Amino acid sequence: MANNTEFEPLIIGFTCNWCSYRAADLAGMSRIKYPPNVRLIRLMCSGRLDPSFVLKALKGGADAVLITGCHPGECHYLEQNYKTLKRYILLKRMLEQFGVEPNRVKLVWASAAEGVQLADEITKMVEEVRDLGPLNWPAVVSPNGDHPIAETEPVVEEVQA
Amino acid sequence: MTENGKPKLAMYWAAACGGCEISILNIHENILVVDEVFDVAFFPCIADFKTKDVIGYPDGYIDVCLFNGAIRNSENEEMAKLLRQKSKIMVAYGSCAYEGCIPALSNLTSKDATFNAVYKENPSIDNPGGVIPQTEFKVPEGILEIPVFYNTVKSLDQVVEVDYYLPGCPPEPPQIWAVLQVVVAALLEGAPLPPKGSIVGATNVAVCEECDLKKDEKKITRFYRPYEITPEPGICLLEQGLVCVGPATRGGCGALCPQVGMGCRGCYGPLDGVEDQGAKMMSAIASVIDVGDYEGNEEKYEEKVQAAIDTIPDPAGTFYRFSMAHSLLKRARVDNGNGKGETE
Repeated sequence: MANNTEFEPLIIGFTCNWCSYRAADLAGMSRIKYPPNVRLIRLMCSGRLDPSFVLKALKGGADAVLITGCHPGECHYLEQNYKTLKRYILLKRMLEQFGVEPNRVKLVWASAAEGVQLADEITKMVEEVRDLGPLNWPAVVSPNGDHPIAETEPVVEEVQA
Repeated sequence: MTENGKPKLAMYWAAACGGCEISILNIHENILVVDEVFDVAFFPCIADFKTKDVIGYPDGYIDVCLFNGAIRNSENEEMAKLLRQKSKIMVAYGSCAYEGCIPALSNLTSKDATFNAVYKENPSIDNPGGVIPQTEFKVPEGILEIPVFYNTVKSLDQVVEVDYYLPGCPPEPPQIWAVLQVVVAALLEGAPLPPKGSIVGATNVAVCEECDLKKDEKKITRFYRPYEITPEPGICLLEQGLVCVGPATRGGCGALCPQVGMGCRGCYGPLDGVEDQGAKMMSAIASVIDVGDYEGNEEKYEEKVQAAIDTIPDPAGTFYRFSMAHSLLKRARVDNGNGKGETE
């Protein structure tokens, strides 16, 4: 990708109320810096994350999606983060079929005390997505399902007599 | 057709298999009632009509148009627009017109890849010149034209306004008949029609609700493809590891498939309020995977989950089998990677 230095990725981040949101909060309170590319949305639990939230974010123009939750075994709702993990693995597999690089979706565990770790992970992810370049789904697929880029390709190709 | 005051009925196929036409005949002797009530104005499958007949009709001449099939090429779109103009009520009949169905699965690949597969790489193809369809061809008499093959398959409502949706692949006869009765009552007796944009001929509960297989806790270690196992009768297929899209699919069919040992394919589409049937099903499927306890080793646990998930060979095709055109992403991105909707 050219002009990567110019490109500021937009990442939608989902946090859980009990751990990762607190981690982000802690990062803020501790004045730990991380890039402003992530827009955090708080859910009660990472298990609340319906895969369609991720698809909707990507469809709406996000370049990547960050999913965060409590460490395995520490979920406030006992085992919902295991479900998140399973959904995440299946979702990545499916996104590949849609031509979306699997690295555009990332799952990170962060306990309420791990402000530094979360900030590090966000910093790392922003760089990774910057390297991937923009996803720009609205331009790939217009609302009525057209595919403007591919639609303009010539259908007819030269055929030897 | 003579003018006899009967309401006019049209049925047209776009990118479809023809099953929807047959499903109309599945209403058995009631087809005679349909014939009694309606005048057929356009129905290429059963009677000899030409497009120019339709062009000759005044706008709104056709009372009910049952449009089946997805929008695959420019001819499909042209016919959809023509029939919309000539019809008072436009019904997206069957899954293809409603949400893309099987034809829209090719949205996971590109036009070029489709042409290559069909005209060049297919093992049974003999095409040494590598000829693929041309939209124009010069012959001594002039220029021959064939429709433009679109890159993306669309649902009917992505090209014209649709009044009602009748889901199913194909719709089930009792549902078709129920819908026809409502339409007939409205046309002949002025009875009220359902609000525009309604999904008719279906319920608003999941297929599981209609399915009487015994359901218990679901703990799945791996999935099986239908040919791999013979399911135990009477027990929920999903519990036995057969992918059944029933939990994320609108009912109305009477859960016919699960009852004969074939998991629900999802042809009635998503339930009300669901934007993306595939994502919902994916969420449900992932959450019933049970690979044992975590045991403190994340990597090992992930591997086990991955192994269970790998037993679903084509997740996008499985969960979006009928709803690709209406899904959130709508198609694969093919302007990068290998042009097949996969990144390497």
